[in-house]
Amino acid sequence: MDLGIFIFQTLIKILLVLLIFSALAGFTTYIERKVLAFMQRRLGPMYVGPFGLLQILADGIKLFTKEDIIPTNAIKPIFKVAPVILPVSAFVAFTGVPILPDIQIGDTTFQFLIVDSDVGVLFVLGVMAVGMFSPLLAGIASSNKWSLLGGARTAIQLLSFEVVTGLSILAPLMLVGSLNLIDINNYQIEHGWLIWQQPIAFVLFLIAGYAETNRTPFDLLEHEAEVVSGYATEYSGMRWGLFFIGEYVNMYIVSFLVVLIFLGGFGEGTLLDGLCYLAKVLFFIFLFLWTRAAWPHVRPDQLMWLTWKVLMPLAVINIVVTGLLVI
Amino acid sequence: MEVIAFYTFAIAIIASFLIVVTSKNVLYSMSALASGMVLISGLFFLLNAEFLGVVQIIVYTGAVIALYAFAMIFFDSAKDVKESRRSRAIFLLSTFSSILLVLLMTIPMSSDAVSALYPMHQDVGNAQDVGMVLFTKYLIPFEVAAVMLLVAMVGGIVMAGKKMDRYLGNDKEEISK
Repeated sequence: MDLGIFIFQTLIKILLVLLIFSALAGFTTYIERKVLAFMQRRLGPMYVGPFGLLQILADGIKLFTKEDIIPTNAIKPIFKVAPVILPVSAFVAFTGVPILPDIQIGDTTFQFLIVDSDVGVLFVLGVMAVGMFSPLLAGIASSNKWSLLGGARTAIQLLSFEVVTGLSILAPLMLVGSLNLIDINNYQIEHGWLIWQQPIAFVLFLIAGYAETNRTPFDLLEHEAEVVSGYATEYSGMRWGLFFIGEYVNMYIVSFLVVLIFLGGFGEGTLLDGLCYLAKVLFFIFLFLWTRAAWPHVRPDQLMWLTWKVLMPLAVINIVVTGLLVI
Repeated sequence: MEVIAFYTFAIAIIASFLIVVTSKNVLYSMSALASGMVLISGLFFLLNAEFLGVVQIIVYTGAVIALYAFAMIFFDSAKDVKESRRSRAIFLLSTFSSILLVLLMTIPMSSDAVSALYPMHQDVGNAQDVGMVLFTKYLIPFEVAAVMLLVAMVGGIVMAGKKMDRYLGNDKEEISK
């Protein structure tokens, strides 16, 4: 009977994560437009509903009802499957992220974390990286030159930035001595936020996070000025929308991870701590949008230069220094 | 529960690797390879080997994406690859040797002679257990593997680094700037 309750609880938690974050992904597109408009001295969406709030609904209706075009020369099964991979992997990765601290109601503790694993960080990062297959497959299967270029850029981006993500996160993990996100959070209650001990790792991880989610300084996969819309050129309707749900959910994952690993996470888990936790996460979402408004795109060769000649050596030096200090 | 999960994963893995072998399209077989590799991690998770499962996902995502890059360079993914099946003898021989290999690997497992030398501990994590075994019992193979990787890396840099100081493109004007 215990197993039944467990499965029931897990299913409910999965449904909650799915509903909350797909809704939030839609809402974030609205916030993004408003923030960008504000920074560029425009009004942003204003006509549909109060302050343009119903624009999300209008976009949703448009995405769902638009004709789903599949090019004749495309490799059809792969073309159809590719957009699904990104949101699926993003939501699976989200099961490893504690969205809220455990809540104690009477005698029973309700745990928000779905997969409480010893290798939490690795699980989240690894599953997130699987999502990169989505633009890659979409790019190759579309049989379009721009899409193919976008797909090729996915490959170089993943291969470069996986290294930086892994290496940058290694140094704080050496200090904590555990891969479990809850352990990392608890370590920071005693020792203070890890950002003070590992500022370099924090910056590197944040930069790598922007690359993993294809956000602006590194969004060469869909660089309008160079490759039309990159891997998404041939997509329309909901298949196109799925890519973006995945991208926004990935943004949330990166924000949650940065806050959990470097900025104290949810601390001791009181109500105030929980609210601070969410506020910190939302700040990082805002930072994503801010960077998009403030920074130009990066060329592919600049990206490779940045990864292999700047970020990777810095990460390695950081690990060596941390290792010496730990010993 | 575990039995259901195991057979689901097993059937899915075998199906995807079957596509890898039989499909004539590069893109189909590559995608099936990727999905098969990710599905194998499910078996590790079922055995509570979380660390190995996650490593399986991370390593093979990167590896298969590198393979995709080569496939993009060498093949046109819209067309089927023409396979040359000229020699029947090679086909038969390779089938026979692969069956032999599978038998060699599986028969010892069915006997009682095989037992786990380093069982998992309940109180320490999976990653710690793997680390302990790697750095005590299997230290030398581990270091040898590290040296091999270093050699490969140096080789790769030497291969790629030839003519690195010269501009190889067609656009002469860009140099003069």
